[in-house]
Amino acid sequence: SSWFNWAKPVQLSREELTKKYIRSVSVDLNNDASLLIDIPDALCERDKVKFTVHTKTTLSSFQKPEFSVPRQHEDFIWLHDTLVETEDYAGLIIPPAPPKPDFEGPREKMHKLGEGEATMTKEEYTKMKQELEAEYLAVFKKTVQVHEIFLQRLSSHPILNKDRNFQIFLEYDQDLSVRRKNAKEMFGGFFKNMVKSADEVLISGVKEVDDFFEQEKTFLLDYYSKIKDSTAKAEKMTRSHKNIADDYIRISSLMYQQKITRILIYTHIVVTMSFVSLQKVEGRVASDQELKLTELLRYYMRDIQAAKDLLYRRARALADYENSNKALDKARLKSKDIPQAEEHQQQCLQKFDKLSESGKKELTSFKGRRVVAFRKNLIEMAELEIKHAKVRSSIQLYYICFIMCTNELQYAWGICKILCEQI
Amino acid sequence: MADAARDPQQDDTGLLELEDGEDLFPEPGPGPALEESGPASLTTEDLSTNANGPKQASLFDDDPDDLFAEATEEVSLDSPDRDVLLSDGPSPAITPMTPPTSVITPRIGHAHDDMFTHSSFDEIEEEDGGDSFDIHISVSDPEKVGDGMNAYMAYKVTTKTSMSLFKLREFSVRRRFSDFLGLHSKLASKYLHIGYIVPPAPEKSIVGMTKVKVGKEDQSSNEFVEKRRSALERYLMRTVKHPILLKDPDVLQFLESSELPRAVSTQALSSAGLLRMVNKAADAVNKMTIKMNESDAWFEEKQQHFENLDVQLRKLHASVESLVLHRKELSMNMASFAKSAAMLGNSEDHTALSRALSQLAEVEEKIDQLQQDQANADFYFLSELLGDYVRLITAVKGVFDQRMKTWQKWQDSQMMLQKKREAEAKLQFNNKPDKLQQAKDEIKEEIEELEMKVQQGERDFEQISKTIRKEVGRFEKERVKDFKSTVIQYLETLLQTQQQMIKYWEAFLPEAKAIS
Repeated sequence: SSWFNWAKPVQLSREELTKKYIRSVSVDLNNDASLLIDIPDALCERDKVKFTVHTKTTLSSFQKPEFSVPRQHEDFIWLHDTLVETEDYAGLIIPPAPPKPDFEGPREKMHKLGEGEATMTKEEYTKMKQELEAEYLAVFKKTVQVHEIFLQRLSSHPILNKDRNFQIFLEYDQDLSVRRKNAKEMFGGFFKNMVKSADEVLISGVKEVDDFFEQEKTFLLDYYSKIKDSTAKAEKMTRSHKNIADDYIRISSLMYQQKITRILIYTHIVVTMSFVSLQKVEGRVASDQELKLTELLRYYMRDIQAAKDLLYRRARALADYENSNKALDKARLKSKDIPQAEEHQQQCLQKFDKLSESGKKELTSFKGRRVVAFRKNLIEMAELEIKHAKVRSSIQLYYICFIMCTNELQYAWGICKILCEQI
Repeated sequence: MADAARDPQQDDTGLLELEDGEDLFPEPGPGPALEESGPASLTTEDLSTNANGPKQASLFDDDPDDLFAEATEEVSLDSPDRDVLLSDGPSPAITPMTPPTSVITPRIGHAHDDMFTHSSFDEIEEEDGGDSFDIHISVSDPEKVGDGMNAYMAYKVTTKTSMSLFKLREFSVRRRFSDFLGLHSKLASKYLHIGYIVPPAPEKSIVGMTKVKVGKEDQSSNEFVEKRRSALERYLMRTVKHPILLKDPDVLQFLESSELPRAVSTQALSSAGLLRMVNKAADAVNKMTIKMNESDAWFEEKQQHFENLDVQLRKLHASVESLVLHRKELSMNMASFAKSAAMLGNSEDHTALSRALSQLAEVEEKIDQLQQDQANADFYFLSELLGDYVRLITAVKGVFDQRMKTWQKWQDSQMMLQKKREAEAKLQFNNKPDKLQQAKDEIKEEIEELEMKVQQGERDFEQISKTIRKEVGRFEKERVKDFKSTVIQYLETLLQTQQQMIKYWEAFLPEAKAIS
């Protein structure tokens, strides 16, 4: 509660990041010792985050074996976009760009807090402020993590980790914003210029010869819409849990006020504590569940979009190849420019074959990755739910026994303290 | 009474200190009145706890903030408080608790069952001489009688008792809602003005009843009927818990006789109803104009106490209603997520993962059902309890108002007497001697009458004050018991929900682990 001040810059160090920190999407990355990347700390000012990107490498392509650079979110986006727009990588699934840090939730809460300050009790205000700080911290940690995962996905990809721009991103110790502006002019966004909204139509319209891609196409299109729906519904659940936690705060602070239950003294303490503890658990559930389930779904939703993009590129390449065939036929008919047409057709075929080959590899490993990630996260989520439910039920059992059995205020206090420890 | 012992200073700091003379859980003793006993009687057993008495001040921070904050901070296991707990000392009288099987499947409608199971411990403490309080009323089997706009719901009222007051040990009658209102109306007219806190009857609901009459057999009308049934049950139990009301012939008739004259004056839009509204308005105006010289600090304090309680309970009630709403939302969102997860599972082509996702969907669906049940528990235990007490506090405040009216009446008589005495004195200067004697006799009669009235007024005032003191004491005790038992039941529902959740997630875990 000491560090939170919206206006003041906030430093988040490695200890903070790892303290009671549940990794949302557990992906087995950062295993290759030749290139290890992490984000050990970050600075948060208002809603602008400055990440410290730390690299440890044994590769000779880098100038130093260990170094750190400051980066902003926009730098990550620049890196992602340059990768997407590199034709050589058309056959790869480019890891999805990390989403922009979203402090909308805490900001909204802060407004509510400011407006409601007059009507709230002191305890309630304090509690809500603590909740706000916790939420702010959670958003902060989450954004650091998704940015870290993005980089680690790149570093563990055999082709992408050799990208020149990736190296610049990791190493260049000056501000990247100049490069960012230049890049926009250079590339012209060939991929982005294409009409993205037609991609599903294009993909599904392709006459697929290859069974593998036929299945993948059907699967990914369907899966994407389903997982998008699940993500949205999971987010709603999380919000409900948060609302309930807020209600418990309000209830416990009201019950706390001595004027209510003057005579009901120890029972009232106990009941208050039970609500406080319930609130803490409920709040934890909300954040844990959000991390495990919601973030998992969200992450793979974006990843599947990236896989779809690959299919799209391949579909375009196929369309190009078919067009080149038609052009060749036409040329043969007219007996004009046949060699150029033949060469063009060969190029298109090669490009298409290359895309298909690399695409197959990518999609297969993607599936494996997805299954592993789901397994790990579902297990962790179930274990957390069990843990929370056990804590909640033991708390309740204690309170019940307690209310029924003793008159001792000191016992009340002692038990309450112990139970609150457990959360 | 314990006036002198009440220390007003304890208002702000005395959160955790009992007021002298006020015992949380009174010793076995005669009658419901608060016993005058020192703090030593707080604990029934251990002396070592009393030895810890002076320590109490340090254990309990006076500053509410600290108490609150401390509770949420992590406390080391080596804190001295814990030693108190672990030291072998007091073994409080523990009623061996096996979760009462009647509660394992919380049947909301039978809340009253558990009130007695749990308060058995309290009953041991309270040994009223003579006929011990043993009566159990249940309201059940709502049945629609008739059709259209003249239809009504009839409820079965069953009484189980061993008290000699009643002819039988178990009997039931059928009653309709207006019968309950009629009963309350009679009791209010008999007892309110002498200071008894008459429990208010459940509220009318024209919208709710119309739906039922029209014959809609849907979720919301079923909920409405259940809500009303439960409220009627609580109303009757509260009424018979009052030792005076229990013996009232109207109450006995209500419980026992198979036929009851129809209470017409309870209709909302009747002339009697309108008259009631007018009277209420008049009372409100009068209240504002009565300026009572409160000589008794107890009453002033109590009135303030109930005013505060009223405000707090209303706020709390509103918060609990919000909780109920949010939990219902959670349940809906879970159900919707469950469906979505099931579809995702169908779409998934990896077999084991697909199965796991389907299982996840099932778990979420089951938990959604749990949350729905929990929302009901939130509602019936907490929200309705708080609603009842908001209405009860209004009745308590009404009783204080009656005292003011009584005082006013007494004062009015006194003023009249004063006037007549002045008039009598003035008579002396009347110059018509023949008429003088007659006038003197008249006035003397009037003065005598008024003197009796004044005396009666004073007696009434003293009586109502005395009654109110007893009633408030009884009310507060009942409130403690009521809250305690309801909270226990509520926590038990929470507990059950949690244990079910553990079962569901533990069943899911192997499925998640089976993904390969």
